[in-house]
Amino acid sequence: MRFKRLWVMFAARNLEFFRDRAAFGWNFLFPFLIVAGFAIVFGGKTFSEYKAGVFPVDPPVAIHQRMEIPEGFQSTKYVEFVGVPSLEAGLLLLKQHKIDLLIRQGTAPYSYWTNASSPKGYVLEKMLIASLQPENAAALLSRQVVQGKQVRYIDWLFPGILGMNMMFSALWGVGYVVVRYRKNGVLKRLKATPLTAMEYLSAQLLSRIFLLMFTLLVVWIGCDILLSFDVAGSYFDLALVFFLGCLSLTAMGLVLASRGTSEEFTSGILNFISWPMMFLSEVWFSIEGAPQWVHWIAAAFPLTHLLSAVRKIMNDGAGLADVMPELAILSAMTGVCLVVGASLFSWNE
Amino acid sequence: MTPLIEARHLVKTYKSLTAVDDVSFDISRGICFGLLGPNGAGKTTTIEMMEGIISATSGQVYYKGAPRTGSFNEEIGIQFQHTALLSFLTVRETLKTFQKLYHRTADIDSLLATCNLLDIQNQYNDRISGGQRQRLLLALALVNRPELLFLDEPSTGLDPQARRNLWDIVLNIKSRGKTIILTTHYMEEAELLCDEIAIMDHGRIIARGTVTDLIRTHCRDDGTGRPCADANLETVFIQLTGRQLRE
Repeated sequence: MRFKRLWVMFAARNLEFFRDRAAFGWNFLFPFLIVAGFAIVFGGKTFSEYKAGVFPVDPPVAIHQRMEIPEGFQSTKYVEFVGVPSLEAGLLLLKQHKIDLLIRQGTAPYSYWTNASSPKGYVLEKMLIASLQPENAAALLSRQVVQGKQVRYIDWLFPGILGMNMMFSALWGVGYVVVRYRKNGVLKRLKATPLTAMEYLSAQLLSRIFLLMFTLLVVWIGCDILLSFDVAGSYFDLALVFFLGCLSLTAMGLVLASRGTSEEFTSGILNFISWPMMFLSEVWFSIEGAPQWVHWIAAAFPLTHLLSAVRKIMNDGAGLADVMPELAILSAMTGVCLVVGASLFSWNE
Repeated sequence: MTPLIEARHLVKTYKSLTAVDDVSFDISRGICFGLLGPNGAGKTTTIEMMEGIISATSGQVYYKGAPRTGSFNEEIGIQFQHTALLSFLTVRETLKTFQKLYHRTADIDSLLATCNLLDIQNQYNDRISGGQRQRLLLALALVNRPELLFLDEPSTGLDPQARRNLWDIVLNIKSRGKTIILTTHYMEEAELLCDEIAIMDHGRIIARGTVTDLIRTHCRDDGTGRPCADANLETVFIQLTGRQLRE
């Protein structure tokens, strides 16, 4: 392996990335917009997890004034009350899961309707019933509050967004681009030079890691200025984990790039891998409590281990020793993907 | 004298299709060797096996009297028939990028001048015309001062002016003693540039020699009593490969 040739290909790939202004801009803008969007949605006071329709109310808008429904229910946090003109209109909304429960204004006994297939409706019904319990019912319970600084949802979500951006950029930026180069003959042209496959693949790998880390830094600073994220652990540990995550995801991209000349097929494979990875790696929500087989699938994705380690450091203040299992798995996945990718690689098939 | 490159019994099969069927020939130093044939005759497959781009099903390629080694790619230059280039690089940057992949290199400014690329050296290589692009691909093939140059249909798709300009450049390169292997569909191009020609059809070499030899050996009287003196390479080509349309 000659370092000079590797460096030449590394520099050429970086130039391509930085000069492709559309792709370059989108790499920064996409995660920034998502984080900013979620900050607005979840950071404001108007966000509600549950929606209860109240009728008859005209016009059909969110209700802020006092209603003739149980007072305890009306003061429940995270429930948005939506005015509905009639029972028929409310039932339609309920069937379509646009509201989770429908209640008629009036005096006791109150009439309400639920959708039997709505999990949120079930919880909201329990809340309605609980709001009618005598106040001393709470004496049977002992309330404890978590001590220490609270982790905002956006603090939990932020690593997920960064990881997702990394995942898409690594898989598509390597997997798709190399296949396109194979199809249009760039790889064939490079094969005619003394450049070796190992040099070329190493250059692709290093270039993508450099670009991912650079993007990460810029997006982090930009989002931090706006939303001021807390990092409970060490920034150095965080950077190390992100680096290993980049390496692992890019190595996975190299496996996908190793063969094939069909951009359509590669695109399908990339979607087939990236979408389940996005949903099961806890980018958006926790899969705690999901069936065991879901956890097994999630464990096969490097993004799962990357996000687990990053959240432990960022949200819980963990050190490198605490995230050693994740680091070991990411390292092993990287090793396997590099060996498979390098051994399967073909310049023109 | 040992030939510079030699193909011995080259065969390439794709499932049930035999693209190249036991092809053997050798090429002396300093000549321009033309490989002609209709579409699908096996020209590109043959030279890509000689370049080492694709592997032969059987047969060998000898370079300077021995099997090719790792340094083979250092000593050859290739202009492919179909190829894209790295995006968002200028003509000069593209040449410099490829130049740095080799030990022995040509001077970029001389190369730009030789291939008439000085005026467009700072343009992105995806914003240049077809003729400029072919000249850039030729310059890339020369970036390592190769001993052996492969040109696979270098003038296909060019207008007459661009084609003649390319021929002048190839003649200039040839005058410096480079060995060239050229495939082409243009008989005029082969007659002008090539010292020796092989005609392929159905994966085999069916005739070989200088233009004069080929005309003398293969030109047949068409029955009208006219002598073969009027014949040219195209006449021989059609007589050998037939008038049937090839796709």
